[in-house]
Amino acid sequence: MSTLDLPYQVEPHPLTGVTSGKLGIWLFLASEVMLFGSLFSSYVLLRVGSPPEFWPLGIEAGLSVPIGTFNTLVLIGSSVTMVMSWASLKMGNLGAFRRYFGATIGLGGVFLLVKAFEYSTKFSHGIFPAVGWPELTDPSMFYGLYFTFTGLHALHVLLGILVNLWLLIWGAAMWETAPERFAGRIEIAGLYWHFVDLVWIFLFPVLYLL
Amino acid sequence: MSLKAFHIFFIILSTLLAVAFGVWAVDDFGRSASRVHLALGVGSFIGSGVLVWYGVWFLRKLKHVSYL
Repeated sequence: MSTLDLPYQVEPHPLTGVTSGKLGIWLFLASEVMLFGSLFSSYVLLRVGSPPEFWPLGIEAGLSVPIGTFNTLVLIGSSVTMVMSWASLKMGNLGAFRRYFGATIGLGGVFLLVKAFEYSTKFSHGIFPAVGWPELTDPSMFYGLYFTFTGLHALHVLLGILVNLWLLIWGAAMWETAPERFAGRIEIAGLYWHFVDLVWIFLFPVLYLL
Repeated sequence: MSLKAFHIFFIILSTLLAVAFGVWAVDDFGRSASRVHLALGVGSFIGSGVLVWYGVWFLRKLKHVSYL
């Protein structure tokens, strides 16, 4: 081990039982839970405090349930391909890893394209984060929260795509020199990706159905 | 918690969402008579079954990988 190498990158730390990278990503995800948790808390408090006539169901506000369902399927599928890419590395199959990992990135891109389509439709109808409901001047927070939630989530998806692209194009060279370490990196990327998908599993019913 | 364990957790929640969405969609069909939502509901129930099957298949495939 050189002086620049961090310890416990492959073998688990004797105290935590996990590698340094895995401990780091879980600490990061804990902070993400607090971020999205505070947003969900805000949603509940604002909704409970609003008159019902100013808080529409997503379907009443013009959100498309079929489109939201499609995007949910896309993200669930991307989690499956992500975990299969990691499993492929565990089985020593770099070719299968590339296919599954590429599919994960592609599905993430499809999700963002659909979300961009939804946003453009809303913008073309004059619906922006600051407008009310049912009249544009009414004091409803629905669209403010919708754009905040989905925008922040989309940023997380975009970040995941960029990191995954780097891992696929340049990071995969590590497979030749340190395969276990590379598999560990993919596992960490997979944990992040699953978290982002998990957030959507909560967002979809809250925004589109309830 | 490893990616394997987190994936199982994710699939369980996805299955619950699929069932809940199916109930919502069928209930909405009763109110709005939207055939699209009825189709989505039926598809969602089928999807929940597929997710359960996939979860079992996944556990068998990765039985040698640790949950940590």
